[in-house]
Amino acid sequence: MTPEAALVKRLRAPKDLADLADKVIAGERLSFEDGMRLYRHDDLLAVGRMADLVRERLHGDKVYYNVNRHIEPTNVCATECAFCAFGKKANDPGAYEMAHEDVYARAATCVAEGATEVHIVAGLHPQFDLPWYEEMLRGLKARFPALHLKCFTAVEVAYFKNHHHLSHETVLRRLIDAGLDSMPGGGAEIFDPEVRKAICDNKCDADEWIAIHRKAHGMGLRSNATMLYGHIERDEHRVDHVLRIRALQDETHGFQAFIPLAFHPTNTLLSHLPGPSGRLDLRVVAVSRLLLDNVPHHKAYWIMLGEKTAQLALSFGSNDLDGTVEEENIVHMAGAESPQALSVARLEQLIRDAGRTPVERDTLYNVVRREPASA
Amino acid sequence: MPTTATPALEAAYDKAAAGTRLTREDALLLLEQGDLLTLGALATAVRDRKNPGRVVTYIVDRNVNYSNVCVTYCAFCAFYRAPGDREGYVQTYEQMGQRVEELRAQGGRQVLLQGGHHPELTIDWYTGLLSYLKGRFPEINLHAFSPPEITHFAEIWKVPVAEILRAFRAAGLGSVPGGGAEILVDRVRKIIAPLKATTEEWLGVMREAHHQGLRTSATMMYGHVETLAERVEHLDRLRRLEDETHGFTAFICWPFQKPNTNLERKVPKSSGAHEHLKTLAVGRLFLDNFDHVQASWVTQGPKVGQLALEFGCDDMGGTMMEENVVSAAGTTYRIPPDEMDRLILDAGYEPRRRTTQYELLPSHILEEAAP
Repeated sequence: MTPEAALVKRLRAPKDLADLADKVIAGERLSFEDGMRLYRHDDLLAVGRMADLVRERLHGDKVYYNVNRHIEPTNVCATECAFCAFGKKANDPGAYEMAHEDVYARAATCVAEGATEVHIVAGLHPQFDLPWYEEMLRGLKARFPALHLKCFTAVEVAYFKNHHHLSHETVLRRLIDAGLDSMPGGGAEIFDPEVRKAICDNKCDADEWIAIHRKAHGMGLRSNATMLYGHIERDEHRVDHVLRIRALQDETHGFQAFIPLAFHPTNTLLSHLPGPSGRLDLRVVAVSRLLLDNVPHHKAYWIMLGEKTAQLALSFGSNDLDGTVEEENIVHMAGAESPQALSVARLEQLIRDAGRTPVERDTLYNVVRREPASA
Repeated sequence: MPTTATPALEAAYDKAAAGTRLTREDALLLLEQGDLLTLGALATAVRDRKNPGRVVTYIVDRNVNYSNVCVTYCAFCAFYRAPGDREGYVQTYEQMGQRVEELRAQGGRQVLLQGGHHPELTIDWYTGLLSYLKGRFPEINLHAFSPPEITHFAEIWKVPVAEILRAFRAAGLGSVPGGGAEILVDRVRKIIAPLKATTEEWLGVMREAHHQGLRTSATMMYGHVETLAERVEHLDRLRRLEDETHGFTAFICWPFQKPNTNLERKVPKSSGAHEHLKTLAVGRLFLDNFDHVQASWVTQGPKVGQLALEFGCDDMGGTMMEENVVSAAGTTYRIPPDEMDRLILDAGYEPRRRTTQYELLPSHILEEAAP
């Protein structure tokens, strides 16, 4: 059997996906229409096998994770997105505001536990302005020079721009000068303007989100890209979303990872919706891996998928389980049943049980090697 | 370079695809090295052959655990209480009748009666219970007493298994659940359930039940101290008995749940969803004489339960209303009938309710949709 014939056999594609299987084997780029067909085909596992081939060509049997912690300095937020259960008004009983010292104390705990990264995002709050965060970044860098600071979604950067009447570039420059190392991929939600209007009308639009990431990449920052699915969006919105990310990545090569985020309806204005099925979770993982051929890493974010679906995603195109994520609050306010942290041992076991080799990485995907005892 | 399967694995895939009976060696190779989504495709082909027509079934049923008092002390169990324990209970006929009444109100078709191995309850108490329920709820099948309960009765009552089953049938027993099989390898049973029915005893009860015309299900609890080869041996014992009797309705499996059990310390890890779907798929491929494989979502949740339909399963099991045994050891899930319908429809199948014997009931979805 030729290598191509062996791959055709391996993919076991139904007849009406055979042309797409051939494209995947040949490494050809898939189109918008191809993406729609992949979303609409009954045979979920056939789509998964194609995505798994793409993953394997890029990453072999390695699956990455990192040791990190989320810090959310405040949940007070002016944006009132329909899908969010985290944001509160300042006078709500559940509202909280951290001081710089609270942030440092949390960072100190995670550094002691071996974290290489903190992920800091928060509500849009007028008192948590650019100078507040500049001081926070400087304070963190002074105390924990080796800790990678992955902070501020494009939505927060847009907020600082408007709040202080500055340019994106100036905001980013000041944050970088204060110690910002990279940006997370949040706030992308769904780029389509109609969907965005319905679920997060007050948030920066797709063009601005993309412009901020373009600028950040141009200034040497790496970032991620997310997509919130499983609410009111349709197949075409997900395909469109991913292709916009692909277009920017062709230009900048600044995205490290794509992270699909499963919508959790509890405690949100969209609580009447059932949330995505396991089938949709895995379909999004697979189709995104197939379409988004130029973003190297695709994350199965266990916080939102749950441990079981995240493990299965490793067979549908994902090559990263994100991190140990001490103390996640945003999704847990929306009824996520996943634990708020996973131990390194549990993450490694999930990866091994899926037939892969766990590799600890830092934020920039350098391999982290530890003395056995410290893991 | 992307990997392709080894020739041996490829040969096992080819056998499975051709519908050739798999050997134990084939099954072991598939469990050890098989690719999850390839196994899913192969198992789906078998499922479609055996259950054509894009239908997925389930049964509206209820579990009733008549007592938690047990003298068997299995290391994997968090449900039992020893005789004399303040948390021990035995339900009255009236209490159980009330529960079955609630099931009837939902249109239920089966009650699963299972309990601890109580040291003192008499044969008259059990036959009385069966007649009490059958007299009041003739349309509800009494799916009752797993093989270890029956071997326990035989031991304490000094009555042969065949006679007990005849007495139970006469009193209203309709079928026998396949619980207590755990892993049908005595090395394993000596570690996890030394006082419970042996492999031969479990199979013997099922053989006798099948001979008397009772249908039964078959289960497997995996992911504790057994090896993969022992998992395959378990499947092989089931397949051999089914060749002989043709009495099994379905295969059901779930992973051992660690919390609150004596076995917790001895088992290094909890099984995940990957292993569950792989075990289901290999089960579907190996048990070529079984018509049905259940999605076994109780420990896995509705998402994985729905995904199991892509790995060879054609049935979502029971709606249960309550579950007490597995729930005593960790997280378990509930799926009410309307949610069951939604999950099955969302996966692209027609949901149909069934009896214990897998007779389809009229399509309730079309009925409800009609004006």
